[in-house]
Amino acid sequence: MAITSVKNLKEFSTTNERFEGAHLLCPGCAHSMIVRELMNCSDDNLVISTNTGCLEVSTAVYPYTSWDTSWIHIGFENAATAAAGAEAMYKARKRKGTLKNPDAPVKFVAFGGDGSTYDIGFQWLSGAVERGHNFTYICLDNENYANTGGQRSSSTPIGASTTTAPAGRVSYGEKRNKKDMMAIMAANGASYVAQVAPNKWKNMAQAFQKALSIDGPCYINALSACTTEWKFDPKDTINISDLATDSLVFPLYEIIDGTELNITYRPKNVLPVKDYLAAQGRFKHLFKPENAHILEEWQKRVDEKWEYLQRREEARV
Amino acid sequence: MSNVLSNEKRGMHELGAEKKVGWDEVTHGVVLHSFEDDATDVAMRKAEDRKYSEFSSYTATVASWRVIKPVYNRDICIDCQNCWVWCPDSSIISRDKQILGIDYDHCKGCGVCVEVCPTNPKSLLMFGEAMSSEDAIAQWPVKEKKEK
Repeated sequence: MAITSVKNLKEFSTTNERFEGAHLLCPGCAHSMIVRELMNCSDDNLVISTNTGCLEVSTAVYPYTSWDTSWIHIGFENAATAAAGAEAMYKARKRKGTLKNPDAPVKFVAFGGDGSTYDIGFQWLSGAVERGHNFTYICLDNENYANTGGQRSSSTPIGASTTTAPAGRVSYGEKRNKKDMMAIMAANGASYVAQVAPNKWKNMAQAFQKALSIDGPCYINALSACTTEWKFDPKDTINISDLATDSLVFPLYEIIDGTELNITYRPKNVLPVKDYLAAQGRFKHLFKPENAHILEEWQKRVDEKWEYLQRREEARV
Repeated sequence: MSNVLSNEKRGMHELGAEKKVGWDEVTHGVVLHSFEDDATDVAMRKAEDRKYSEFSSYTATVASWRVIKPVYNRDICIDCQNCWVWCPDSSIISRDKQILGIDYDHCKGCGVCVEVCPTNPKSLLMFGEAMSSEDAIAQWPVKEKKEK
């Protein structure tokens, strides 16, 4: 008894919540949708580590905790380290026979934001994956340091206005493209790498279950639309995620053992990237006439990426 | 079923209002236990069968964040569970594949549930916080005809 049913939503709705309400995440935050779904995906005991970020500060406001499972808070760069350490200790104690309940299934999960994953915790994540710990790292990718007021991270896409890369008279905002963390983790030797978004709940649940069942380091990049820093109405979290996946700005795919790439979601009607950008305040300035070349570049880059993914999927290398 | 909707443990504390703890009072390496009893099989139990301790945020409330609230209309609902899976605050109560209602202690009024509701008219709509659910249901819109 480990994996709960995700065949359809009605079936899935009978699973038990292990992430409690009255956390202090913003209304409409996608973080809690993702975390809650992960915890409903499995009946196993979960050991979760979370590094500093929105998720950590909002779910463990002393004297409260929103977690119904073992949960460790650790410094900004160390989500992977904590999960790796706990996993190594678990294995050692299992070997020595000092576990109280050796047959209970345990899974190790680490949550980090994109700031801690793409930038600050990158070295530690890479180390934990290289050592081959049996854990799942989930990056809640909201494309900026939302907890500290929306600074740019290396996940911030080109043209986004952030507090440290503001758009104005001279600048169009962030100047660099988003780092391809999926390719990096696949090359790093992760057994399973997947990109998921909360609006495709089944796709996401299946990726979580696959990652939890695989014996080895797994990395999941989860799109987490940020109502505060992306500047949209809290009710539109799922709508924005729909736009992101359907315009292929955030394609959903998985890479198994660094080579086998599968596209897990193909939109029936591909939307123009413009629709996705227009829905968010952080890209508002891109629609001024002087920034038209950025819009073109956006569309071109997204098309190229999609072409690349399709070729990779065919080539199986 | 009634105790599912109004679990007496839920929402006892206003967050930050009652138990304000200064940083100098926080001990290093503090461990908070979410449950009063053994939690090994907690994944097999529903909220009403668990013994939450006072440290679980389940016993806290964020109801004061809300300006508008979702109201649920049982008569139109088709139990698709969209609102349940996408509620960011675990505030849609669902048991045995049926939606029972909204947990107003943990709901922050973001409105995601209304957006993802597929029925026509919607079975969840936002109303002012002060309006009673009966009044809201009395003025529920009727089915919109599809434009040709």
